Amino acid sequence: MAEPWEEEEGPVKKFMYVNRKAPYGTIYALESLEVVLIAAAFDQDVSLVFMDDGVYQLKKGQDTKGIGMKNFSPTYRALEGYDIEKLYVEKESMESRGLTADDMIIPVEMLSKDELTSLMEEQDVVMSF
Amino acid sequence: MKLAVLVNEGPYQHQAADSALQFVKAAVAKGHEIFRVFFYHDGVNNGTRFAIPPQDDRNITVEWSKLAEEHKLDLVVCIAAAQRRGILDENEAKRQGKSGDNIAPGFRISGLGQLIEAGIQAERLVVFGD
Repeated sequence: MAEPWEEEEGPVKKFMYVNRKAPYGTIYALESLEVVLIAAAFDQDVSLVFMDDGVYQLKKGQDTKGIGMKNFSPTYRALEGYDIEKLYVEKESMESRGLTADDMIIPVEMLSKDELTSLMEEQDVVMSF
Repeated sequence: MKLAVLVNEGPYQHQAADSALQFVKAAVAKGHEIFRVFFYHDGVNNGTRFAIPPQDDRNITVEWSKLAEEHKLDLVVCIAAAQRRGILDENEAKRQGKSGDNIAPGFRISGLGQLIEAGIQAERLVVFGD
């Protein structure tokens, strides 16, 4: 059964999810991804930002066998199927960690801190994890 | 103004829970409407009535419950985050075959959709985290 808020033609707001933490070490990245997957069902304008250690969430070739945790990075590849296509990484965070767009498991747009600031100002809701 | 609040950290370990509580108290006192307070990550630990802080310390959960009762607040604990951390209401305890529940008065357990809905319905969503 559809939830009440899914039946109404509600307003479309700009939602931005800011991922700032490394994929493992804490649960923020995994649980943030769970929010984004649920959010996809609400037909809102969704953007994802990866900055600080959050850029590591999209790093290719993650192998978590040694730490006994699930490697959830393949899930990011499924985002396109949820119509979540606005993915941004912060240029300065990438550069200071020696990462380039080629190191990422999905195509991303690289934005400078200043460009991200303007994008953030346009949002209605910003959730940071 | 119609406000929604997201609490991402548990009580005592991080000040975020205190800050969120104080923010909600202040907002209500100023006449703002609190559409919903949503608890996520370790924030779900705000909603256990089994925590026993020392008597000369604040009891954050009791304060949330009191505030919820006084102002009819909607305090929602994320079900997925709650299950990971052992926060259960009566129904969930029964469904999962656990011997008891620990959700505090004034809190309810529901899905992440409630967070997104709060973001849509409220004029501002204020996030308290680390």
